[in-house]
Amino acid sequence: MHPADDDNCVLRLEDVTKVYSGIVAVRHANLSLRRGAVNVLVGENGAGKSTLMRIIAGVEKPSLGRILLDGREVEFHSPADAQRHGIGMVFQELNLFGNLSVAENIFATRELTRGIRGIDHRAQIERATGFLDRLDAGIDAETLVEDLPIGQQQLVEIAKAISLDTRILILDEPTSALSAAEVDVLFKVIRELKAEGVAIVYISHRLEELMRIGDYITVLRDGQITGHAMVKDIDTRWIVRSMIGSDAKDFAKSVDHRLGQEAFRAEEVCLPRRTGGLAVDHVSISVRAGEVLGIYGLMGAGRSEFFECVMGQHPHSSGRVFVGGTEVGASDTSGRISAGLALIPEDRQREGLVQALSIASNLTLASLDRFVRFGFHIVGAREQASIAAAIRDLSIKAPNPDFEVTSMSGGNQQKVVIGKALMTKPKVLLMDEPSRGIDVGAKADVFRTMRRLAGEGLAILFSTSDLEEVMALSDRIAVMSNGRLVTVIERADATEEMIVKASAEGHKTTREHA
Amino acid sequence: MTTATTTTNATVATSGSVLLTLMKLRTFIALFAVIAFFSIFAPNFLSTANLILMSKHVALNAFLAMGMTFVIITGGIDLSVGSIVGLCGMVAGGLILNGIDLQFGYTVYFNIVEVCLITLAVGIVIGAVNGLLITKLNVAPFIATLGTLYVARGFALLSSGGQTFPNLVGKPELATTGFAFLGSGRLLGLPVSIWILIVVALAAAYVARYTPIGRHIFAVGGNERAARMSGIRVDRVKMFVYMFSGFCAAIVGLVISSELMASHPATGNSFELNAIAAAVLGGTSMSGGRGTIGGTIIGAFVIGILSDGLVMMGISSFWQMVIKGIVIIVAVVVDQAQRRLQQQVTLMQLAKKG
Repeated sequence: MHPADDDNCVLRLEDVTKVYSGIVAVRHANLSLRRGAVNVLVGENGAGKSTLMRIIAGVEKPSLGRILLDGREVEFHSPADAQRHGIGMVFQELNLFGNLSVAENIFATRELTRGIRGIDHRAQIERATGFLDRLDAGIDAETLVEDLPIGQQQLVEIAKAISLDTRILILDEPTSALSAAEVDVLFKVIRELKAEGVAIVYISHRLEELMRIGDYITVLRDGQITGHAMVKDIDTRWIVRSMIGSDAKDFAKSVDHRLGQEAFRAEEVCLPRRTGGLAVDHVSISVRAGEVLGIYGLMGAGRSEFFECVMGQHPHSSGRVFVGGTEVGASDTSGRISAGLALIPEDRQREGLVQALSIASNLTLASLDRFVRFGFHIVGAREQASIAAAIRDLSIKAPNPDFEVTSMSGGNQQKVVIGKALMTKPKVLLMDEPSRGIDVGAKADVFRTMRRLAGEGLAILFSTSDLEEVMALSDRIAVMSNGRLVTVIERADATEEMIVKASAEGHKTTREHA
Repeated sequence: MTTATTTTNATVATSGSVLLTLMKLRTFIALFAVIAFFSIFAPNFLSTANLILMSKHVALNAFLAMGMTFVIITGGIDLSVGSIVGLCGMVAGGLILNGIDLQFGYTVYFNIVEVCLITLAVGIVIGAVNGLLITKLNVAPFIATLGTLYVARGFALLSSGGQTFPNLVGKPELATTGFAFLGSGRLLGLPVSIWILIVVALAAAYVARYTPIGRHIFAVGGNERAARMSGIRVDRVKMFVYMFSGFCAAIVGLVISSELMASHPATGNSFELNAIAAAVLGGTSMSGGRGTIGGTIIGAFVIGILSDGLVMMGISSFWQMVIKGIVIIVAVVVDQAQRRLQQQVTLMQLAKKG
């Protein structure tokens, strides 16, 4: 199929499929990693890149298919197992112990010991300093990890992976929190490792980075590998095309309707980051009734934080929020909800659902006051009626609303979270990555619902890191990068390249607050 | 679980579901088992007099366990209830016997109804202190209530210098008579404390099932972050459960001193452990989000009948402790097994649907 079967190939995945409850994350993937080269993996969120890498790193086991290392079939039972075979990985979410020092983190589980006299802290610090210096990190190996800003934590994670002396090094979005200068250093180290014959897997959303550092590129879409090429033969347009594909997803047709008055306005919303700087940097935005505003941005662009500020989740945030022209006085979530705001959080499991409760109870959780008589008695009939209505309107596939909410597939769970928000009768709906982790059919349902709600005069703000989604669903597109609102474009004037370029804007300059 | 529609693996699913039903009813089964066992082996176990006596014992623990259930459902714990029982008993006893000395020659006495109301208020206030510590000062529930456990017990001992307030008959001219009614009075053949238990239990079960605050209690314990995101005022919910727990403990303090017609400052020592045990036995999950008032009451009966029955059989109190411990552990093990089985059954149904 592709020129992979040469002897440079160190690891091969053959026909690997991974199924989670209710969703196929990777289907029939064939992938070869070459030694002494940077193998780039690219795709939209949820395309299956991370899953694929987690399989290689021994975190997940493939449901089907096999892994060949140096031509021999292997099976990894744990990350430690994969490490023994020389595979190291820097995860997208940092896996560090904040309460331990940098050196202790780097040598966790393989501490340098002096027989029964215990850990040789001095040697650990010395060697850790060596690795850190190689990255020009300027980090003292004795500081606690939690005291470091997030970018430096990422460097520690990279130092840790380098210290493993791996043959295959997987870097999952290693630059998401790094400044331009730090990225340069990282690339220098990557080139050195490459020269030593290490096979590097590099995952990133930043296309110009991939073009700079990559040798081979593999594109994933919806769990399938859709393109494979040498980086020198292709351009960014090719990548975007392979990422999005020609077969359009089932987006609901945009319904023509008139936009109303301004329904939502945020002014100068700011949220300080714990490690310094601003997670949300003076964001001001306005949305009209019936309008869908898509907010595009990379991970860590501050989209979720902006939504959380609007919902009153962060007591330290500043700025003003207006609904229907009047300023919202209440600063807590309950007050914001009664002012007509509603949020569908990004992390369904942690923030959207109460797993122990039934589908029905989850649906009405935020709006119980609507069903109450005498101020305390929930009228069962009234509650049942609106539950039935919500299940019908959102086409939730719930065999019995009294079953636990976890008994449904991800897409239906997402619909429950949406239903819960709609039951509060909002005027403004904030949706944080509404299509994350749900299957194609459910996505189409969710998009249709968004369209219908906009048609009914709701103002909708949704965030996404899916280019196609933002292009197809929005009336206007806002791009956030590094906490700042970079640009707001009318849908008609927007192109994919403009958006991708704008989303990297905030990372161009070196971090000012480091 | 509906299994009627299943086609493949029907037998597996059915046997799984039967086992699941059995496990869900385990507290009932345990209750029948202990009753059956002691009816056979303990003389006079089934006599009316004994049943009523046992119920009175059980009622004390059941009150505490109800308050504890709400607290545990929110994901917390209340270790201070035993001490609140002791302190509230002393408050009632002290008010009846000595009134409040205003330090300049006057002493204020309250009538018996007022005494009871003040005592209940004391319990609620201590609960509120627990709640404030936990919500406003961010103290872990275990530590906050451990602290109030000591403080309340200390005040109970201080109130009398460690002495008992004896003979709480009261004086007719002060309208402080009639305290005995709570502990030994009867209505329609049942002890008053049982009637109170029925009323409070029905109210608690109603709150859990049919009111927004009840739903919020479960939501907070099930997923506090999601509850907050849904606009639930989590702090208020927590305040409520600790205050309710304090209220229940105050009732127990009143009932015990009324039964004995005396208040002793050490009353209620380690009652919190029995209350936790009853709640857990009744299916309340220590990780929060799950539990029922009905289950807890049954759990309290199992524990109470077990200890009373073993006494009647003349089994050493040392063995009683061993047996009680084993019952609690088995209950939790079965609870975990049920949870796992439930997940399997749900997953299987999902898989079958495709």
